[in-house]
Amino acid sequence: MARMTMREAISQALWEEMERDPKVFIMGEEIGVWGGTYAVTKGFYDHFGGERVRDTPIAEAGIVGAAIGAALTGCRPVAELMTINFAFVAMDHIVNEAAKLHYMFAGSMRLPLVIRTVSGGGRQLGATHSQTPDAIFAHFPGLKVVAPGTPADAKGLLKSAIRSDDPVLFIEHATLYQTRGEVPDGELLVPIGKSIVQRPGKDVTIITYSKMLEISMKAAEELAKQGVEAEIVDLRTLRPLDMEPVITSFKKTNRAVIVEEGWKSFGVGSEVSARIYEQAFDYVDAPIKRVAQQEVPLPYNRTLEQMALPQVADVIAAVKEVL
Amino acid sequence: MEKSEYLSLYHQMVVIRRLEEKAAELYQQGKIGGFLHLYIGQEAVSTGLISARQPVDRVITAYRDHGVAINCGLSAREIIAELLGKVTGCSRGKGGSMHLADVNKNFWGGHAIVGAHLPMATGLALGDHYQGNKAVTICMFGDGATNIGFFHEALNMAKVWNLPVLWVCENNHYGMGTTVERASAVSEIRQKAEGYGMKSERADGMNVMEVRAAAQRIIGEIREGSGPQLLEIMTYRFRGHSMGDPERYRKHDEVVKWEEEDPIGIYRKYLIKNKIATAAELDKQDKDGLAEVVDAVEFAEASPEPGPEELYQHIYTEE
Repeated sequence: MARMTMREAISQALWEEMERDPKVFIMGEEIGVWGGTYAVTKGFYDHFGGERVRDTPIAEAGIVGAAIGAALTGCRPVAELMTINFAFVAMDHIVNEAAKLHYMFAGSMRLPLVIRTVSGGGRQLGATHSQTPDAIFAHFPGLKVVAPGTPADAKGLLKSAIRSDDPVLFIEHATLYQTRGEVPDGELLVPIGKSIVQRPGKDVTIITYSKMLEISMKAAEELAKQGVEAEIVDLRTLRPLDMEPVITSFKKTNRAVIVEEGWKSFGVGSEVSARIYEQAFDYVDAPIKRVAQQEVPLPYNRTLEQMALPQVADVIAAVKEVL
Repeated sequence: MEKSEYLSLYHQMVVIRRLEEKAAELYQQGKIGGFLHLYIGQEAVSTGLISARQPVDRVITAYRDHGVAINCGLSAREIIAELLGKVTGCSRGKGGSMHLADVNKNFWGGHAIVGAHLPMATGLALGDHYQGNKAVTICMFGDGATNIGFFHEALNMAKVWNLPVLWVCENNHYGMGTTVERASAVSEIRQKAEGYGMKSERADGMNVMEVRAAAQRIIGEIREGSGPQLLEIMTYRFRGHSMGDPERYRKHDEVVKWEEEDPIGIYRKYLIKNKIATAAELDKQDKDGLAEVVDAVEFAEASPEPGPEELYQHIYTEE
């Protein structure tokens, strides 16, 4: 076990996979000479060179489109989009091409492609640079959408994503890069499409992922002091969504709170709560609660921004409502 | 060039023409769903172009893709079967008219979002460059696609990285029903390549030998490391943009005038005049081409539909 930051874990996964497989290369804006705007790829350019650490123009559709093309030839590109907000510029290539080519051409085309990007608010970047639109991308069959909440999962899931022959959107969180955690030594592969219990409990099930795992863990600690044991299920992958640990936990606790950073409407909480009602209606002891971002474009002002983002107190309050 | 190759080009053009005529019939009979974009009038473009490629060279195009598929070596059978949505189609009935492909023949589709396949072409060439393959990617698109951002991102990146791409603009004078002059700031599309420091030229798309000669020369240059180049091929579609196009944007006389420039007729005259083939030999090609398409229709109509299990196949590779 080694204790490291999320940034180090992601960087290590990339480095190890590039050392392991010469078909893996990375491309994106400022990933090379600059070292990555979040410093994830610092040192890569000097070690691997410009062919394998390819700086690109600021052209997101071009980046994702070119990564798709290279993947079709058998390369395993990892394309970086500086933030998920810029993924909208490349939306066509993500949802109309990457998510569909394998199906549309009856399996003859394969896309061993990873798109790494950064989601989330809380850094006072204003409305256009602070979104958490993860759920939008999880809407499309054909795409895999992964969003880890711990350094170990980030490393293991990224390595699995790079080895997958399917297109994977790998969503990191802007304020998790400094988060530390234990990461097992040696080869670490975490399967895509598997939710996991991150904290055992018996009184209520909190379903969450990414940054909100951190918030939910803090809320659970507070609740424990008050005698409430929350079980936390971390989705880790939004598509394909693994409901099994969620349903198992819910059948035990009969109460659920879903915590996500994105907007509530048509979001992860909507989907998960609908599935709980569909799959475990007889076990429902209280209406399922959703904690999510206020339905506003995220403002710049720090106080207002924090008002809009889900906080530990919101999670505690929601849990108390369902108890 | 061997005589058989001259005849092969003629044969391919005839098969495309007959296949498209038959497709129009099948569409009118309600046997083909969705959209149908015919290649009639433009046969010499892809026939000449693709005859100049080597097997390692990749081809990717837009949704007007039936002719390109024939030239890449797909059979009329698997094309018509795809149009009819049959499991024997090249995409097992899941792609349809706009999504033909056969990666084993280095034909990478059939893409239906205007311009979206251009960045992917840059990527195909990037993949070859990365792996050290001496292959050229031939990317075909219409004049209309040069007005969307994808075109500019793709050309810029290809030039910045000096990738082996031949950009081929099939200028048929209309993006759907809008003339080039009404949609593009420059009506000579090849000028757009100049903005990316790229060599470019124009060729007559009604003359298969001219297209072939230009493509051979340019593909050779690209293979030797010239970087990407753009070839604008002037052509004309004799039919509407797609089936059901009321064609209010052009006069019948204009169509008739272009039909006199029929690429198959021009090539036929060329072959006879230069004593490469006799009229009788070409008549036989006409007959064979028609027979191939008739057989393809029979095959496709007799083919089974995809089974219900196909619905859930190929969403992901690891199932």
